Amino acid sequence: MSLKYALYTGCTARESTPELLKSTMAVAEKLGIELVLLDEASCCGASHLQDFDDFLSLVLNARNICYAEKLELPMITICNTCQLNTALTKKRLDENPELKERVNEKLGEVGLEYRGTVSVRHFLYALIEDYGLENIKKKVTRPLSTINIAPFYGCHNIRPSELHHHFNRTKESPYMPTSLDDLIEALEGNSVDYEHKNRCCGFHVDLQAPKTANRLSGNALVDAIDNNADVMVTPCPLCHLNLDVKQHAAAKEVGREINLPVLHLPQLIGLALGCTPEELGLNHNVTDVTLV
Amino acid sequence: MEKTKVTLNVFRFNAETDYLPHYDTIEMEVSKDEVVLDVLNRIKWEHDGSFTYRRSCRHGICGSCAIKVNGRSTLACKERMVDMIELFGNELTFDPVSRSRAIKDMVVDKSDFWKKHDSVIPYLKADIDEHPESENIVPPQEAEKLEEADYCIQCGCCYYACPVVNEANEDYFGPAALVKAYRFTSDSRDSAKKERLQIVDKLSVGVWDCVKCFECTQACPKELDPMSKITKLHNQLFEEGVAENNVASRHAVGFKKSIEKHGLLDEGMLVAYSEGCAVFKHVPEALAMWKKGKIVMPWDMPKSKNLDEIKKLIKISSTAKF
Repeated sequence: MSLKYALYTGCTARESTPELLKSTMAVAEKLGIELVLLDEASCCGASHLQDFDDFLSLVLNARNICYAEKLELPMITICNTCQLNTALTKKRLDENPELKERVNEKLGEVGLEYRGTVSVRHFLYALIEDYGLENIKKKVTRPLSTINIAPFYGCHNIRPSELHHHFNRTKESPYMPTSLDDLIEALEGNSVDYEHKNRCCGFHVDLQAPKTANRLSGNALVDAIDNNADVMVTPCPLCHLNLDVKQHAAAKEVGREINLPVLHLPQLIGLALGCTPEELGLNHNVTDVTLV
Repeated sequence: MEKTKVTLNVFRFNAETDYLPHYDTIEMEVSKDEVVLDVLNRIKWEHDGSFTYRRSCRHGICGSCAIKVNGRSTLACKERMVDMIELFGNELTFDPVSRSRAIKDMVVDKSDFWKKHDSVIPYLKADIDEHPESENIVPPQEAEKLEEADYCIQCGCCYYACPVVNEANEDYFGPAALVKAYRFTSDSRDSAKKERLQIVDKLSVGVWDCVKCFECTQACPKELDPMSKITKLHNQLFEEGVAENNVASRHAVGFKKSIEKHGLLDEGMLVAYSEGCAVFKHVPEALAMWKKGKIVMPWDMPKSKNLDEIKKLIKISSTAKF
């Protein structure tokens, strides 16, 4: 199987979560997937630029997609919020020729044109839909059978479901999502069922409403712990920042001691595929990962 | 007719007599044309006459019959039982939209919802000519700006699905009141646009406390996409020059500044620009991150390739001012 994608890394993977980019590349190598980095791409605006200047955010996101189109490669993302903003841009432009023309008028000034020819999916769904869980299972060299793993889905991969279903063959339910659970099972781990797995971590109000953010993250972490989780896994680096880096603040807000390692999705996969802790950047996780 | 067997766990509570709620387990067969409200009726008629819930129009207009099915906000008269079974299987749990606000069974005290609804001036403010010589015409392109926000039926599905309201900050207006605000800030006849925008601009109650989780958009039975209305309110705050200069507005604007400089986001600069002097409260966190190699030094800050393109696009495509 030869799979090749244009990887839109987003900003965090190149800054505060270097372990995400490292582990993504390590997993791709193990699975024989070729990733071409979109070094030209800019920030997606993270839903905040969208609050300030909607049209500008459309132009910038369309430009990012243009570079995947130039390579004629399907685009993949490794951040739920990058996925949301890129997918929202694509859907709006594809469905509204007048808007697409207005955006292309600007892109034309720098010699680019958005055509709408490539797909945009999160790495998680590309793995499931193109590579296949069965094939991942065959590559497992270190089964995670002794570990209880709590999947934390992250809002922007599952809601709004209409957008998600538009781009993915996996018709994930926003109420009872299963993709991460299925992946955990394929790695022979035990997936933990808990109420907060499809809830919000509060990342987007970290600065202006830290109490809200800490409360939401804390509630999710505590719920996972109370259901016997040894570790949490998330496909979103923004959720990861809240659940891992800010775990101490979240614990303080909810009045509980919390010490739960939180892995990025490719870190978990990499563990099962036999990657070394160094290859997965486990030393960058703030809450020590003591399972390995 | 084909029937499906379901097991229902039904929340029962009477605030006047009960200390704690309990669940009744009821088994029944449902047909494919039955909606959730039909089943609520059958629970009352066939199992327990004291079972209490709100309902009126049965046509998705009055907004009174919202409950939660397996935690999902559900307008009982709109959703078919077969669809609930497809989503959640044959064992279904019926709860009121908010367990903590339950008065009796499915009936909740919705006064918090209405109090917030009232906070956003939920009515048209306009000078009315009492002796008009012609009709007051709103052209279609003006009416379209409301984006169907006036179709909201105040059922509370979005509000009681909002995690901020439910778990973190009781003062937050929540999606329904903000949709109501948008319904009037987008109405060309209204004269209180700025006043209303100032209300939703306030930290801890207004739009800046939305966590962007899309639970409201997922929950709305009228498919009004409340989340997009909250985004549009943000846009209007800047368009009308109402947005106060604070940590939240600077956070939104900071993205543009950073992208202009690096293409990518300069995370450290964004926090510093947004927080101003208060940036010092992030020092312990920054230290923990630095120890783990999670802080990029300014001189190592990555930049997008072809940054000139990005700079030019920002110059020619910007539509907002701060």
